[in-house]
Amino acid sequence: MEIDKVDQIIDKHNGEASSLLQILLDIQSKNSWLPKEVLGRVSEKVDVPLNRIQHIATFYKAFSLVPKGRHQVHICVGTACHVRGATRILDTVEEATGIKPGETDLDLKFSLETVNCLGCCALGPVVEVDGKVHGKMSPVKTAEVLKIYE
Amino acid sequence: MARLSSPEELENFRQEILSKRDPNRPCISICAGAGCIASGADEVIEAFKAQIEKEGLTAKVDTKGTGCPGFCERGPVVVIYPEEICYLQVTAEDVPEIISHTIKEKKVVERLLFVDSVTGEKAIHESDISFYKNQERNVLCNNIKIDSKSIDDYLAIGGYSALTKVLSKMTDVEVLEEVKKSNLRGRGGAGFPAGRKWEGSRNAPEPIKYVIVNADEGDPGAFMDRALLEGNPHSILEGLIIGGYAIGSHEGYFYVRQEYPLAVENINLAIKQAQEYGLLGENILGSGFDFKVFVHQGAGAFVCGESTALMTSLEGRVGEPRPKYTRSNIKGLWGRPSVLNNVETWANVPLIINKGADWFTQIGTESSKGTKIFSLVGKITNTGLVEVPMGMTLKDIIYKIGGGIPDGKKFKAVQTGGPSGGCIPEDQLDLKVGFDELTKAGSMMGSGGMIVLDEDTCMVDVARYFINFLTDESCGKCVPCREGLRQMHRILTNITEGKGKEGDIELLEELSETAVEASLCALGKSAPNPFLSTLRYFRDEYEAHIKEKRCPALVCKELIAYHIDPDKCTACMICLRKCPADAIIGEKKKIHIVDQEKCTKCGTCFEVCPSKFGAVTKISGEPVPEPIAEEKRTITKKSKKESKKK
Repeated sequence: MEIDKVDQIIDKHNGEASSLLQILLDIQSKNSWLPKEVLGRVSEKVDVPLNRIQHIATFYKAFSLVPKGRHQVHICVGTACHVRGATRILDTVEEATGIKPGETDLDLKFSLETVNCLGCCALGPVVEVDGKVHGKMSPVKTAEVLKIYE
Repeated sequence: MARLSSPEELENFRQEILSKRDPNRPCISICAGAGCIASGADEVIEAFKAQIEKEGLTAKVDTKGTGCPGFCERGPVVVIYPEEICYLQVTAEDVPEIISHTIKEKKVVERLLFVDSVTGEKAIHESDISFYKNQERNVLCNNIKIDSKSIDDYLAIGGYSALTKVLSKMTDVEVLEEVKKSNLRGRGGAGFPAGRKWEGSRNAPEPIKYVIVNADEGDPGAFMDRALLEGNPHSILEGLIIGGYAIGSHEGYFYVRQEYPLAVENINLAIKQAQEYGLLGENILGSGFDFKVFVHQGAGAFVCGESTALMTSLEGRVGEPRPKYTRSNIKGLWGRPSVLNNVETWANVPLIINKGADWFTQIGTESSKGTKIFSLVGKITNTGLVEVPMGMTLKDIIYKIGGGIPDGKKFKAVQTGGPSGGCIPEDQLDLKVGFDELTKAGSMMGSGGMIVLDEDTCMVDVARYFINFLTDESCGKCVPCREGLRQMHRILTNITEGKGKEGDIELLEELSETAVEASLCALGKSAPNPFLSTLRYFRDEYEAHIKEKRCPALVCKELIAYHIDPDKCTACMICLRKCPADAIIGEKKKIHIVDQEKCTKCGTCFEVCPSKFGAVTKISGEPVPEPIAEEKRTITKKSKKESKKK
């Protein structure tokens, strides 16, 4: 990610340390992950020690310090989805992609994450791929949905 | 447009909006909440717009993407005004028929109506549907009436009239007294009286104070705040401004969880609109009161729903809770007095101001006033958001509104209060919902998640699930929570995997006691609840797992096996083809058997086996029968006929 784009985002938030989370979220949404040199730049511009930024970037689940795949697969494992069989959906996706939650495959095709609730409990179990929610999933349907993505 | 500079100007402007609107003009409201969008509401909205244009009706018919009315399971939900005809599960293909039938000929499209699963009767209007009929919707009711992105719509239904009342006719003390009198208790979980919290901040000497909306709705299985944020953001904003006025704060914050992008979008838009209209910013409606609002997004940390952790996160730090020697309404955000309330609490404030504390206290029980929104999910026929007066029984909520358990299954328990709540069994279903009543039963109100569990749910697995969730979400600051929960999770996992041993239950109880007594914040203090409440009501299930290595609900993977009943199998090949592990041996006209070595227990065979055969079964606590001998597997024509006769 180019440094001037990072600077733009920081300037948008007036370079305030209290907006660190918002700055990192904006960078993450533009770049899909947080490279080390970007964190360094944020530290410099906002005048906050790098270790505090690393602390934030590792504490909150939304941030990633490694590159992400082309498609973000989020399996909802919230309670409503859990009692309707989310574990089996997760197993299916792990089987099909060969990766576990938090991992990205070698071709950078899929990144897999579990999430705690997407608020679509009525449609559980739910799988979200690149922001699109697929509801009322079964292992068979899940395998079919994954095939759509290149 | 120019800023409105007095309450009269706002009233005139409201009349102007109303005068331009014809109540008899047809309006198609389509739910544009996240649930319905997931079911294809976007395409339906586009299809309506295209069809209306195609038929040249643009000048005669309005379309609206509205907030969530709560009946997400049957989405996309469409309501047609002025008749208030309610269609469920509408797809883009249904659109031409709705336009030609309902809009042009004023007829009802029967097949899209709600059918009562018990009586078989069809309901035309929203108010006739059993799911809605038994609710009392004071907060949620406007969601379907307004375009969530339009401030004019909110003004048209009387929006911001509470704010004008407060600014023109009430002193800050009067506002505070009214809220105190209403006995409004915090909807986020703890149920602390909002008025008392406000008063503490108001009386604090520090001149700069803050008001904050806790929209970090982290409880899995709860989405009422999302529905309000997305559907009616102005109602929350109005409540927040009134709160700011009452305590003397000029700065407000929304802290919205990152998983709700649409909520962030709608709230930001609402703030922008309110600023343009002069309802936010300097000298609001000429009253001399200044107020500004900022939106912060969370970044995926459950603990940030805890008040002090949320404030730390707002300051741009890691969301770790702080010890509460001094309450945060005295010393909160940046060490200043801060009133933090949940979304639903703020949304109740304009209602209390408009209708009065006396009206509010008529609803509910002795100690819990008003209505509460619950998200009724899990194994329940009518899934969605329900708003009921405090004091309704769990039974009424689950059976009268929720329509009971689907697929003829038996009710087992209802889990309330989110991850730190507890499970309430069948014999306690006459319990009235309220803050104190639920706590007495070993659960809690929490933010209002209500997850219904049927006989297919293993209670040990549920406890393990919640403890796992909380272990993951523990911030790691204090030892009883960080280490205690980790050990509890380990023991519970062992039990569900058949490695449980005598003494495990006692050890879990000991760890629970330590976490309850010694944790820093509410997350750790209440974390053992799911274990303690399931143990209290379902001890036999724990014992079956530990002593007999049996999972009575047939859920725990390591304790069950899949088996094909040779008498029922018709060798239809469906399970064999679908099995992802190639663990099913068989061929045409040859009874299938499960290769237990290869089986990953994914359950696909169980799911795909046609219900008329029902040949795949789950076994737990007993050895799997030996597969039938090779020579007996062939199905002869005769036996095939016989099975057909059956």
